[in-house]
Amino acid sequence: MALQRFYLTYSQEKIKEPLIYQLGHKFKVVTNIRGASVSDHIGIVALELDGDGDEIHHAMEWLAGKGVKVEPIEKNVIE
Amino acid sequence: MAFVKGLTCRECGEKYEIGPEHVCEYCFGPLEVEYDYDAIASVISRELIESRPQNLWRYRELLPVENEPTIGLYSGWTPLVKADRLARELGVEELYVKDDSCNHPTFSYKDRVVSVAISKAVELGFDTVACASTGNLANSVSAHAARAGLKCFIFIPDNLEQGKVIGSVIYDPVPVAIKGNYDDVNRLCAEIADKYRWAFVNINLRPFYTEGAKTYGFELAEQLGWKLPRHIVVPTAGGTILPKVARAFEEFTRLGLVADEPWSIYSAQASGCAPVINALHADSELIEPVKPDTIAKSIAIGNPADGFYVLKAVRGSHGGWGESVTDEEIVDGIKLLARTEGIFTEPAGGTTVAVTKKLIDTGRIPRDESIVISITGNGYKTIEAVSASVREPHVIPARLGDFDELYASLA
Repeated sequence: MALQRFYLTYSQEKIKEPLIYQLGHKFKVVTNIRGASVSDHIGIVALELDGDGDEIHHAMEWLAGKGVKVEPIEKNVIE
Repeated sequence: MAFVKGLTCRECGEKYEIGPEHVCEYCFGPLEVEYDYDAIASVISRELIESRPQNLWRYRELLPVENEPTIGLYSGWTPLVKADRLARELGVEELYVKDDSCNHPTFSYKDRVVSVAISKAVELGFDTVACASTGNLANSVSAHAARAGLKCFIFIPDNLEQGKVIGSVIYDPVPVAIKGNYDDVNRLCAEIADKYRWAFVNINLRPFYTEGAKTYGFELAEQLGWKLPRHIVVPTAGGTILPKVARAFEEFTRLGLVADEPWSIYSAQASGCAPVINALHADSELIEPVKPDTIAKSIAIGNPADGFYVLKAVRGSHGGWGESVTDEEIVDGIKLLARTEGIFTEPAGGTTVAVTKKLIDTGRIPRDESIVISITGNGYKTIEAVSASVREPHVIPARLGDFDELYASLA
């Protein structure tokens, strides 16, 4: 089991879609939103996922495939 | 030297004990070192600082180490150059260049942050340090780890040019090239940092790492004769240095080491990677990630970890602002600094010079007040950025007559 933290960045057209709800039904992971900011143009969500490592990986791939930018909570670590 | 109280979440204010932690367990906000300023005020003075060796540890009360520093003893105290020829070119009265292109041992401001991070790593008992980097950070971590006798891992994208890797692997770290794009590398490094619990300088040691950047601000204030500049322009990549220069100014003011006078701080980014400037100009608090496309590789960070705090520091200063410039303007900035002041900087420095020019030309920075340009890296590492736009040598046969002819033609 693993606990992983991500920042999700939604573009304007994705903000209305209940993607985290759908993710919770498609994958065996527990989602826990720790923070969120939304403006007219973007939405940013801090999300914790609890579950099997591979399942989390697949869930994040699915989310990225939906057009959400998925990054570790540290954002860009390559300096 | 127990002047550190602990770590505090920059967002919700939750407090933590000192340790290799960087994210608040509650809100995921970044953690920052908190000091006992009353205790520091009772011991620190200009005279005490001036009596110490000329390295970044002369400000040790304001840095998060407990023991006598042993790492980075030759880092910092880089020149503050009075840039009169560049000032004339830009049409301003008082201009300085704080020149970290000659920082020891790897010629960038990263030697400051890495000195502090690795000192803390040793205090916390780590025997392995690591980072993810395409350049300056990996150079610095590798060099400091070598001198400290620590094991070192550096993580890089697998498509990085060999020339950029040599400046790190010469110090004999374990280099790991990761297949995939930058997002993949970012994600894997965050997972490795979480699993292996090494001292990942810019991940789990980030609260300590970023504190090292304050010394850039401390030094220039001391070098100006214990005075803050009225205006300072700082490049923005991950967002480490600008908020910490601002914090350095606030700390020196709070401790009475400099007079409490207004100052303005300005962010410089390349147009091909300007997420912070975009948010600043849009009057937004949210930073939209971008895909970098610029020659300024060392500041090409599409979603900066501390970008929000850059915005906060800029907006919190007196009339602070920021601008971005094109790659062409960046190259012109590099060349302008080289031909006027004899300083060869990398594209990040060219960005800062070009943005300073833009801020002056547009009236954001007045021409009759003191200005500091922050130069954070060395041009000898990135000669490919300017190689196509510099003058070719005159080729002549080995005869004096031919040189005479050439010389006459140059007149």
